[in-house]
Amino acid sequence: MFRKKKRPGAEISSSGLADIAFLMLLFFLVTTTIDVDTGIDLVLPPWVENAEQVAIKSENIANLLVNEVGDVLLDEKIIGVPQIKDEMVSRIKANPKLIISYKTVRDTPYKIYIDVMDQLKMAYDDLRSEYAREKFGIPLDKASEEQVQEIRRAIPQRISLAEPTQAEG
Amino acid sequence: MKFQKKISTTKQDIPTSSLPDIIFMLLIFFMVSTVLREVDVQVQYTLPEAVMVEKIDNKRLLSYIWIGQDERIQIDDSIIPVGAISNIAYQKRMNNPNVIMSLRIDKGSRMGIVSDVQQELRRADALRINYSALVKL
Repeated sequence: MFRKKKRPGAEISSSGLADIAFLMLLFFLVTTTIDVDTGIDLVLPPWVENAEQVAIKSENIANLLVNEVGDVLLDEKIIGVPQIKDEMVSRIKANPKLIISYKTVRDTPYKIYIDVMDQLKMAYDDLRSEYAREKFGIPLDKASEEQVQEIRRAIPQRISLAEPTQAEG
Repeated sequence: MKFQKKISTTKQDIPTSSLPDIIFMLLIFFMVSTVLREVDVQVQYTLPEAVMVEKIDNKRLLSYIWIGQDERIQIDDSIIPVGAISNIAYQKRMNNPNVIMSLRIDKGSRMGIVSDVQQELRRADALRINYSALVKL
């Protein structure tokens, strides 16, 4: 009847294929990065030649000054870094038009700058969470894209970065 | 007397023919989920920590600027002076209008250099920046 003729050695050995695939896998593991980048987002103001000075009512400005050793002055009063958040939350609530003018000197350590920036971001996050709860009845991270846009419009981040000045004396 | 080995009739080895397929699947997973490491970082830096950090979803939008402990600035693969940043940043913005400049700055740096870099970025109109920071627990 029909019987296939047996032919010896007609197949390619595929045991080495696994090794090749392993090598490629290792190559990708070594050359790629899997860590997620995290950081504080910020949008810089556009560059303007000879920026004209806009007068802002002094009650709408919170002056935040950081010196070279990391002391923080909020409107002429010394404040500890962890207290900035609560202070800012209450002040922005009292005056929603408040602009935070954040100024450092050239010798301020970057770490302090980030700590203070973090506090400001926390303050805005608090206010936005509260707004989300009152308006939509949901926590901020559950808000939809449009809701987030609306919240951002309602409570914009008003942080003005002033150019660092040379420390005096 | 003749020793005769007892030969079992059942197959004893595990079939490995599907092993390559499994490995290929792993490989494809890694190729899709990761990004190629592009540059060697030549400056030493330790990132600061912050609570309000956000994850950056799209890594392909990112472009890095490193500032090390010795205040050397690195972009891509080379150490550059502050004045050259705006040209490079402008080029990057031409190639990708939505570029996010990720500033990986040593936590001991002075604000002077950070501000100089920011001024250069403003001049190049690369306004979206991200202060790279680790999550504070």
